[in-house]
Amino acid sequence: MKAAGFLLLFAGFAIVLSTFVLLSSDAPRGAFVLSGIAVQLLGLVLTFRAHYTLGEGH
Amino acid sequence: MQIQPTVLNETGTAICMASIFLVPLVGAGLALVNTGFGRGRSAAHSMLSAMCVFAVAVLVYLVIGFGFQGFAGEPAHLVNLGGRQWNLLGAERLMMRGVGFNGSALSLVACLQLFSVGIAAIIPLGAGSDRWRLGASCASTAILAGITYPIFAHWVWGGGWLAQLGGLTGCGNGALDAGGAGVIQAVGGLTALSITWILGPRHGKYEMSGMAIPGHNMVMVLFGCMLTLVGWMGLDTAGALLFAGASTNSIALIAVNNVVAASIALLTALIVTGIRFGKPDASITANGFVIGMVAVSGVCSLVSPAEAAAIGLVAGIMVPFSVELLDALGVDDPSGSISVHAVGGLWGVIATGLLIQGHPRQWLAQMAMLAALLGFVLPLTYGLNLLLNRVYPQRITKDGERQGLDMCELGGGAYPELTPVTKDYLYR
Repeated sequence: MKAAGFLLLFAGFAIVLSTFVLLSSDAPRGAFVLSGIAVQLLGLVLTFRAHYTLGEGH
Repeated sequence: MQIQPTVLNETGTAICMASIFLVPLVGAGLALVNTGFGRGRSAAHSMLSAMCVFAVAVLVYLVIGFGFQGFAGEPAHLVNLGGRQWNLLGAERLMMRGVGFNGSALSLVACLQLFSVGIAAIIPLGAGSDRWRLGASCASTAILAGITYPIFAHWVWGGGWLAQLGGLTGCGNGALDAGGAGVIQAVGGLTALSITWILGPRHGKYEMSGMAIPGHNMVMVLFGCMLTLVGWMGLDTAGALLFAGASTNSIALIAVNNVVAASIALLTALIVTGIRFGKPDASITANGFVIGMVAVSGVCSLVSPAEAAAIGLVAGIMVPFSVELLDALGVDDPSGSISVHAVGGLWGVIATGLLIQGHPRQWLAQMAMLAALLGFVLPLTYGLNLLLNRVYPQRITKDGERQGLDMCELGGGAYPELTPVTKDYLYR
């Protein structure tokens, strides 16, 4: 779960990065940037959850 | 499209240099805050760690860090994507050999950055309080000052791809961060989060329900907060002059914005904790003071005092809830470094996009900066520190934690007359 969380954090960053390289008009660019941030938030939740579980085990 | 380097006149250079001289006070203040929030049996260790990581950060940054960071208009590694040239990494010479210390903007940047990276290195110490070994904190700082910080600082302050977003894609002025809400505070705060995850909580923190481990000296914490205000005005002034194109006319505005944001965030945190707990909480209120300065530093020279107050107000509301949420999630952060510097820094990055006037689509550039912090800086710093932890365990032993880091690692405490001297605790 921890690896998946960090992967989502990076995937969201990759979405945002590719948005600026590939898209030029405002509306889709804004939508993709917000989607990338949403993916990162999901990754952050997973990462916190993974560390909480690890802490319980410890 | 290359970012044009800043050029300062003589007055600007003098004011910038005087401001840079104040910056070490931020480090001193944060070191006091971290020490006060920790246990008394690790107090000397905490202050010594702050000085040691500052020294390591300065030296590592001097040797390799500045080479990666560089400055706008200086040599850099470029990559061609989508028919445009993106600036990825600085290509300065090692040991700052390419910097002419002649009063140029480049020399001022080099000087300011030595202090800034030291501040970023002190931030994680608060999160690792009472359990982070001295050697490990120095090694972790070398990673921060040599890799993580310079790469991200290049992207924002060194004419990198985040700064280029304005010219290449029409997103406002590119990523803006006048005083380092993202570059210094969020990078330091996210490193603190990584360190906390790797170290785990202090023994006793979650073993009894409702257990709180109070800081040993709240006076030290509150004095540290006041000290940071002086340094912060210098940090924001120097940063705004060098990285945000501010003129010397905006110095008063920067100082006013700092004080206003810190004051309103303090009072907000005081009221919120008073409502939630029945009485105001001194530790969270102190954190409120600092988070106000953290949040406004990104946009300190570009907003009105009323807008700075709005930024501080939101920051002051955020800090008590963030501290409680992190605690509930099992993140043991004794000094609230993550809530203050990571959460406050990220809020500062977002607030810049929301409040700045006259820069269309600036929010897109700020969102890109936010994404880079969460998707690049956090995984990178976590991965590198995890790797370090494999070869050099970062956490002190259970017995060492019981004795206190002062006795265990230094052989003597900050308050010898208050420390029980038994056979276990003999001085070296």
